[in-house]
Amino acid sequence: MSVFTIEVFLALAGMVLLLVEAFFPKIPFKTLGGAAIGSAVLAFVLYLGCSKETSSLPGFVSAWHQLDTLALFYKGFALVTTILVLWLLLICAPYLKRFTVDGKFGEMLALPLIVCAGMMWMASAKDLVTVFVSLELVTVSFYVLVSATRKSVVSLEAGVKYLILGALSTGILVFGIAWIYGATGSLSFEGIAAACTQTGSNKTALLFATAFLLAGMGFKVAMAPFQMWVPDVYQGTSIPVTTFLSVGSKAAGFIVLTRLIDALTVQGSLIRSEVVLILVGLGSITVLVGSLPAIFQTSVKRMLAYSSISHAGFLVLALACRDSVRFDLSAGGIVAFYLATYLPMTVLGFLGLAIVRLQGQGEEIQDFTGLAKRSPLLATMLTIAFASLAGLPLTAGFLGKMFVFVGMVDQGWWVAITCAVIGAAAGFYYYFRIILAMFSPEPNEAKGSALQLGASARILCVALGLVILILGVYPRPLQKLLAPAPIAAQQAAK
Amino acid sequence: MSLLEIVILLPLLAAIAIASGAQARITAVTASVINLAIVIWLALGFGAASRDADGYAYVFKRIMLDNPSIGFGVGADGVAMVMALLTVLVTFAAIWQIVDKPASYYTASLLISAGALGAFLSTDLFFLYAFHELALIPTFLMIGLYGHGDAAHRRAVAWKTTIYLGAGSLVLLAGLAWLVLEYSGGGRLTFDLMALRAQAASAPLDAAKQAPIFFILLVGFGTLVSLFPFHSWAAPAYATAPTPIAMLHSGVLKKFGLFGLIRIALPLLPAGATTPWVQQALIWMLVGNILVMGFVTLNQNRLDDLLANSSVMHMGYLFLGIAAGTQVALNGTVLLMFAHGISIALLFALCGRMRNQLGTLEFSKLGGLASHAPFIAVIFAFGAFASIGLPGLANFAGELMIFIGCFQFADPLKHAVLDAGGFGPLQWAAVAGLWGVVISAVYMLRAWRKIFQGSATSGLFMSDPLRGQRLPLLVLTIVLLVCGCFPGILLGLLKAAFGAAKVAAL
Repeated sequence: MSVFTIEVFLALAGMVLLLVEAFFPKIPFKTLGGAAIGSAVLAFVLYLGCSKETSSLPGFVSAWHQLDTLALFYKGFALVTTILVLWLLLICAPYLKRFTVDGKFGEMLALPLIVCAGMMWMASAKDLVTVFVSLELVTVSFYVLVSATRKSVVSLEAGVKYLILGALSTGILVFGIAWIYGATGSLSFEGIAAACTQTGSNKTALLFATAFLLAGMGFKVAMAPFQMWVPDVYQGTSIPVTTFLSVGSKAAGFIVLTRLIDALTVQGSLIRSEVVLILVGLGSITVLVGSLPAIFQTSVKRMLAYSSISHAGFLVLALACRDSVRFDLSAGGIVAFYLATYLPMTVLGFLGLAIVRLQGQGEEIQDFTGLAKRSPLLATMLTIAFASLAGLPLTAGFLGKMFVFVGMVDQGWWVAITCAVIGAAAGFYYYFRIILAMFSPEPNEAKGSALQLGASARILCVALGLVILILGVYPRPLQKLLAPAPIAAQQAAK
Repeated sequence: MSLLEIVILLPLLAAIAIASGAQARITAVTASVINLAIVIWLALGFGAASRDADGYAYVFKRIMLDNPSIGFGVGADGVAMVMALLTVLVTFAAIWQIVDKPASYYTASLLISAGALGAFLSTDLFFLYAFHELALIPTFLMIGLYGHGDAAHRRAVAWKTTIYLGAGSLVLLAGLAWLVLEYSGGGRLTFDLMALRAQAASAPLDAAKQAPIFFILLVGFGTLVSLFPFHSWAAPAYATAPTPIAMLHSGVLKKFGLFGLIRIALPLLPAGATTPWVQQALIWMLVGNILVMGFVTLNQNRLDDLLANSSVMHMGYLFLGIAAGTQVALNGTVLLMFAHGISIALLFALCGRMRNQLGTLEFSKLGGLASHAPFIAVIFAFGAFASIGLPGLANFAGELMIFIGCFQFADPLKHAVLDAGGFGPLQWAAVAGLWGVVISAVYMLRAWRKIFQGSATSGLFMSDPLRGQRLPLLVLTIVLLVCGCFPGILLGLLKAAFGAAKVAAL
């Protein structure tokens, strides 16, 4: 069985579930959800077992499909994210029922499978056309997901904002693709890289195309100055979809950015220094416009949205560190590493928020007051998650940030380092504010009743908390996954 | 799984067990006693254990990342062994003396103990730093939640401590990062202390680069040890902190800064330490500790403030030993770190007991308590005498060696003498330090007289502890006496740390 078959299976499973939901409205959501999670888990198991050789792909696919280390990593990442989001959707079912028409949300269970297939295709894309098609598969599904909780006005508002800005960014991206084709005569990453090194290429045209491509992708990954939609959309839509946007959509954007930047800044590229400069500048700004407003948020969800922008900034900075020879990981590998550590902590943070929200409390920081009394387990696990998001040593979040900082110090980008330090310091403040709230005594005794934690939520909480701690002290397997051969061996091979 | 790993993990596991519902006192006391036994056993076998080139025994390493090279490595040289002994002794006493307190007292003490042990025994800079941070967090929380005084006061003190120590840790982190980057030379980063030491021996950095890095490390580590003028968090923190936290932080955790200077900064940046401007800055700061804080301490009129300030003052002597940098002085510094840790923990334990029973610690309201509590009076006298540095108690040997080390011009470890053969700033600082001993004697003896002698004020009552509660006090006192009469016990452990092999390497 090839990887491609699994992707087709996922997309088909999503469509079948959509039809089942439409024609058999009596089927309870638990059955649908079980089928969705079952398909995703089955796909993941098959994925672990299937052949990872390019030769295993059907002939017509291998023209636009590659299976390198990064592609394989991001495919697994997409599957894990989808399983976690579906799990989160089931935990949030009571809330979703309240805000969907007739209490039905079958499409929210089916669409993540299609999104997952899109993200998996995107990970192996060899040319911009494949990127564009799979990106649209993901984005269009997200338009539906964001506004699926239709009885909630803020969700509709979020849906409209996401739709308009998403469509605009798609337009910009296509314009960029057209220009890059004009400038290089190729749509494949290989062809673009080759054209970038040719002395005869038109540098201005290349840069013009790059600007539009970066703007288009900037929307998807929440890079400044294209991050404006993030707080409103993240806050408006339901928590599982926010999680999906924050992890899945961001990872999908970054695999494309990684491939694109790798091609544009290939050794000897005419526009290498310019592209790196643009990335450093935008990354620094992104860190600041994410983390500084986060300090002033009173809503935890909105705070997490801003913090997600700040993390995108760190990821862009990681991508900018092209020449770092310090690590066994390439720039794209560091981005992948950062995202892999970002996944458990973000999902755990949003899960905690969902549980607090489901108990009838709001999403404000004050609703977290006294959580340690009401549910010591949840408070402990959330402490781990937020400490990791802040980048405390011994948690998963530390190493990714450390790679970025070391990479920047090597390049001597002191202005960018200053911005990143400010961002990280602000992060410590706004994440620890929630931890402090959780451990302060609840002033209002009436609200201090014990918090009900279902078995599945409890398992998910503890599992994610453990993953954060284990990755924090033993990240070696993850590094091995991203860099099967150490750099020393690669250099020896050359 | 090496024994050192077990020593670090055991308090952590006990803390987790208590947090998830185990009986707090039994669990905590058992863990601390087992740890005490293991570390004493390791110390007894230390002389015979196999060592590597740097004098580390019990070395064990788990690789976490290959590149950058980070690994959870443990190992003990003489300094680390002495510090581990100090930690388990004080932990045992601090946990044993907790009575009728919430379980979080036990968890916090265990976490601080685990963090301190981890910091002392790690041979990897990443874990060394992370473990110290792990120990700081419960310190802040306990001061803020259960400190003495009203809520606004303890919260203010907790924030002040957090900000000072947080800023100090960040400066330290910057210094360590710079150090690691410079030694990597553009290639693979390594956080492994042994690898860095080997590099420092084979290819040292230029002196011009060493000096600023050493200075940053001095400020970072120094803030954690309350080096003047970065000391103002310490006195309120210790006076406010709950008793076991004050014992553990002033006795053990604070020594981390000195430990770092001795084990990281001095061996990796030997030329930085002897650069004239760095030395001069250090000498001015440590004289500030001894004289300025000495006079501040003289002026205190509460026992807890007095002890807290005296603890800041005595750090001056330890920095004096580091400034001297000779073999004798460094041995004396480690000895005094141990002795000061035991004596200040003993005094804070007694102070906490008095606060509980008397309700006040103001000297003007105290007096004549020796007739109520003769046992406490005697133990307090031992603690106070040790703190002054009277012969026969452990502190004396350390202070004496530091002073001698300051006048030892022809020591092979002292590479660049500021004032070859003359009477320079270091020697003047030593003279100031000797007068500092007089100041200590004045305030400690005065405190003892005011509390225990004279006529008892009416309405005050204090009793001697029951037999079970005498144990931790007796253990600490006996350690002070034994190490005072036979300092060779500890110096034997230190033999290889600054011994002949190191001198040859330099």
